[in-house]
Amino acid sequence: MRLIYLTILLLLSVQVIAAPDGRQLYVAHCSACHGDQGHGGVGVPLSLPSFLDSVDDRFLAVTIREGRPGRVMPSFPKLSDAQIAAIVGYIRSWSDKPAPRYSPVPVKGDAKNGGLLYAKHCASCHGENGEGGTGTGVTFSRRRELPIIAPALNNSGFLAAASDELIRQTLQLGRAGTPMGSFLEKGLGKQEIDDVVSFVRSFAQDRDDGTKTVAANKDKIIRLASSYSLQETVENLKDAIISQNFILIRTDLLEHGLVKEPDENPKQVILHFCNFRFLFDALAVDPRVGMFLPCRVTVTETDAGVFVSAINPEYMSHLFNNAELDQYCKEMHDVYVTIIEDATL
Amino acid sequence: MIVRRLGLLVSVILLFLPPVSVADDIIMTRSTLPFPEAMLALQQSISEHGYTVSRVQRIDIGLTGMGYKTDKYRIVFAGKIDEIRMMTEKSPQLAAYLPPKIAIFAEEGQTVLVTLNPELYAEIAGDAIDPVIFDRWTSDLRSIFDDVNKAN
Repeated sequence: MRLIYLTILLLLSVQVIAAPDGRQLYVAHCSACHGDQGHGGVGVPLSLPSFLDSVDDRFLAVTIREGRPGRVMPSFPKLSDAQIAAIVGYIRSWSDKPAPRYSPVPVKGDAKNGGLLYAKHCASCHGENGEGGTGTGVTFSRRRELPIIAPALNNSGFLAAASDELIRQTLQLGRAGTPMGSFLEKGLGKQEIDDVVSFVRSFAQDRDDGTKTVAANKDKIIRLASSYSLQETVENLKDAIISQNFILIRTDLLEHGLVKEPDENPKQVILHFCNFRFLFDALAVDPRVGMFLPCRVTVTETDAGVFVSAINPEYMSHLFNNAELDQYCKEMHDVYVTIIEDATL
Repeated sequence: MIVRRLGLLVSVILLFLPPVSVADDIIMTRSTLPFPEAMLALQQSISEHGYTVSRVQRIDIGLTGMGYKTDKYRIVFAGKIDEIRMMTEKSPQLAAYLPPKIAIFAEEGQTVLVTLNPELYAEIAGDAIDPVIFDRWTSDLRSIFDDVNKAN
């Protein structure tokens, strides 16, 4: 028994003592979006030399911890500090230069003048109110010739992660390989750059992460009872779908493909439909929306009657942490409700 | 006595272990394989885990057919008939989410997979269905994604 006791102690101790494996953690939590070598994808590229050379470890660690509310990058509240440090260490291994170190002391600038300069030099990419560029990463959902999205400077996650000195350095030196150029080279003086930093910092006072419309507390399903028979309801739905400018792709049974055709339950019918313009635009906002594609409504007949149901896109939208997607999900919710109401009432 | 000591020991050691990651709402992975190979690995792993692929929806074909330029993008539906039947009988509102699906799309030379964590279904089903089955689905999906991630 003592041998068993000691073996368990030894096995568990190894886990306790072993330092977190940064690569393993990166693969588990980051690589799906940022790429296995940090080249980007749904997420922004992390291995860009000019990025790694200009952000300090604190910026990376706080970004992992807090994410970017409403901007796809999730927060990781359950990772330990040691695990986050290990991920940062792994990301840092892509550069042979040491991490920069920045002073936490705020810069002294004139935010009012900074606002004027920001409107002139920065707003075209970062947005009038610092809301950032659109899209999710480097591929699929956006122009591939751009290596990085203009960050949302008004985002609480960004403002928590970036020190004033980091922002100042980025303005002074730019980011090679991205549209972000050096503002010293463009003729701004050091004080003017500090003014812009102060203006960017002022976003913290009235920031809106675009998360106000997030609908985590919405119903997960839209479901209505139908006054018609199952077959009548299906026919009504076909008409309603077309009247909303959607194309009916197909009608089949929920069990289709899972059992032989004669054994499929005929009282569970799915109608798949699509508006390709809408689909294209939604994928451009977030390529992960395939999780609830194609559009569909499900008709079921039970002892309780005939029901039509659909997922609630307004609920789904909060899962993506992508404020841009909220509007599309709201529109899709309204389409579902209209179609289901038209067919059932 | 020994059992109690072991219990105490395990409890103390667990206190020092890193926190277990909470289930994410969205499960994602990346394969360094190009899309066709990753799709093959996905369907193979789904079968090996005992699920049936019921349909593959070719989103990219539909978009291209309508004149939109897009990369490869498919939706794979899969399930087990006995489980799907049990769920829709005990919790009819779940029908809107069933069978479960996986979005798989190309990112240049690599492939990304994404799916909804089935634990969401447990929230919809409430007490009507033993949540153990959704835990298993989550575990199976993670295992399937892991297979695709490691396939080469």
